[in-house]
Amino acid sequence: MEEINALFHGFSVVLTPFNLMLMMIGIILGVIIGVLPGLGGANGVAILLPLTFTMPPTSAIIMLSCIYWGALFGGAITSILFNIPGEPWSVATTFDGYPMAQQGRAGEALTGAFTSSFVGALVAVIMFTFIAPLVARFALQFGPPEFFSVYLLTFCSFIGTGKGNPFKIVASMMLGFAMAAVRIDIVTGQLRLTFGLTQLLNGFDFLVAVIGLFGIGEILLSMEEGLSFSGQSARINPKIVLETWAKLPRYWATSVRACIIGCWMGIIPGGATPASFMSYGVARKVSRDGDKFGTGQLEGVVAPETAAHAAGTSALLPMITLGIPGSPTAAVLLGGLLIWGLQPGPLLFVEQKDFVWGLIASMYLGNIAGLVVVLTMVPIFAAILRIPFAIIAPVIVVICAIGAYTVHNSMFDLWLMVIYGAVGYVFKKLDYPLAPMVLALVLGDAAESSFRQAMLISQGDLRILFSNWLVGGITSLALFALFWPFIAKGIAWLRAEKAAG
Amino acid sequence: MAQDTEHGEAAARTMVVDLVVAAIIFAFGALVVFASYQLGARWQEDGPQSGYFPFYVGLLICISGGVVLVQSLVKIKSDRAVFASIPQFKQVLIILIPSTFFVLGVQLIGIYVSAAAFIGLFMKFVGRYTWLRAAAVSIAVSVSSFVLFEVWFQIPLPKGPVEAFIGY
Repeated sequence: MEEINALFHGFSVVLTPFNLMLMMIGIILGVIIGVLPGLGGANGVAILLPLTFTMPPTSAIIMLSCIYWGALFGGAITSILFNIPGEPWSVATTFDGYPMAQQGRAGEALTGAFTSSFVGALVAVIMFTFIAPLVARFALQFGPPEFFSVYLLTFCSFIGTGKGNPFKIVASMMLGFAMAAVRIDIVTGQLRLTFGLTQLLNGFDFLVAVIGLFGIGEILLSMEEGLSFSGQSARINPKIVLETWAKLPRYWATSVRACIIGCWMGIIPGGATPASFMSYGVARKVSRDGDKFGTGQLEGVVAPETAAHAAGTSALLPMITLGIPGSPTAAVLLGGLLIWGLQPGPLLFVEQKDFVWGLIASMYLGNIAGLVVVLTMVPIFAAILRIPFAIIAPVIVVICAIGAYTVHNSMFDLWLMVIYGAVGYVFKKLDYPLAPMVLALVLGDAAESSFRQAMLISQGDLRILFSNWLVGGITSLALFALFWPFIAKGIAWLRAEKAAG
Repeated sequence: MAQDTEHGEAAARTMVVDLVVAAIIFAFGALVVFASYQLGARWQEDGPQSGYFPFYVGLLICISGGVVLVQSLVKIKSDRAVFASIPQFKQVLIILIPSTFFVLGVQLIGIYVSAAAFIGLFMKFVGRYTWLRAAAVSIAVSVSSFVLFEVWFQIPLPKGPVEAFIGY
């Protein structure tokens, strides 16, 4: 019951005209960001972060998290109408969403996608409301070894859940750690890896990295694919919405499964994209119409969208309770917390009640507002994608440049942004994942300092990571995730042997 | 896009780029290892030295870069996938090179004039718009961002002689 009281307090924080206005601005900006190529949740939030420096933290997080919800909704629009996934987790939505649009059922697909996104987010927020305080209370007992083992688990699960070459995942991640290490070492005061360059004294800022890798990199990729987008037209009216809503309850079982997959995978880092694919795959296997998937089934839109939104929402849970973000966008929000002067982690629930419960209340309201906005304004957002790329591309480069410059008012960051852009393009084409690099860049310092503190406690004995059931359990889980690609290969090999013998 | 890759001549093959990138990553890792070692990557009485953590990070970069290097060496003969065709590569350069000049422009004459020039010229020569439309869009974007950042949010962006002329 304590949570309910706190939640109502949160609503009272959010329900001021100023905060509601920011919420609407955030949602609309977010959908536009989600629709535009080259701007996604992570770099959109990164670019707008400097605008919030002077706001009260609660208002700032409300606006930025609403941008995130908006971007999640917006991703579905491009997937269904243009067959271009606006975000990686909307890829699975294109499988059935685009065929539906081609058959002239775009309105139905969009309504289905938005509604199931909303359901996924709502379930995840309810889970968040009751689980997050428990996790935070539990985490108050964590010491440095426990925190380091959680960091270890975070990074190892990238390798465990990643689809590509595990060595490329490690390389990308460790490059992030190496960049995070560049700066003055706060413990010893020595200069590390700066090679005598004064520009490197403050290290590499991850916001610039996010803007360059995701923003400029994405523009380069879109340019390579050609300048024109061809899409289906979107007609959505109350009749289509109501008809689709009447159909949706039929897929309740798919929806429940998708919510469970989404909430679970979202807490594990890097989860939203695998969650949407997994949910789509499970739905195809279990559904009676499974063999028709891919030809324009509403169920095939419901499954990935519900899971992606549930995962996207629950990715904020470890960010708020432990200070460990589950996705690049959550990482950018975490960076925001630090800039606004808040220390992420379990103490946030004790010391910053207004902030935490304001955020949670805004998750409820923001998703309701988001659903209304996207359902009523789809044609306008779709029109944005029809603006020729020859105008959009340079404008987005300019927006990225403004965002990168305002982080530290530094020209050096602008040059870095261009370099990151080229790196992002090459890495994406070669299947080096970018999310682990960004997360390592954000968490590098914190992970290193918890490691150092743990090592100081144990006098350099690594066995401290197995010193009690809690830290030992998390560490074992991390090692299991780390070696999962090899274990999976081993199991597959054994099965093949059995089948052959 | 798939058709383009088949028709256009290859600017580079995926495995070659993979090899080069892995080699760069390996070299970068070696640099980190070397610098951390010089800094001190051992255990001191009062805890690990500054280079302790980065040393192992660098080592892991070297190992993973090295493995990818070997993997691409093995496949370099058989895997002939195309990284980018020449037309695709040209497309990328069409935005990358002007963007670089734009950033140079920001450094020299401020962001607003450079942005207007960048957007306008790009529209004119890549999008083949008329001068009038290109000028209208580019000046509108530039002026609205000036109003947004300098006037409303009071966030200073790099400025040059033109902004100084109107008193900013």
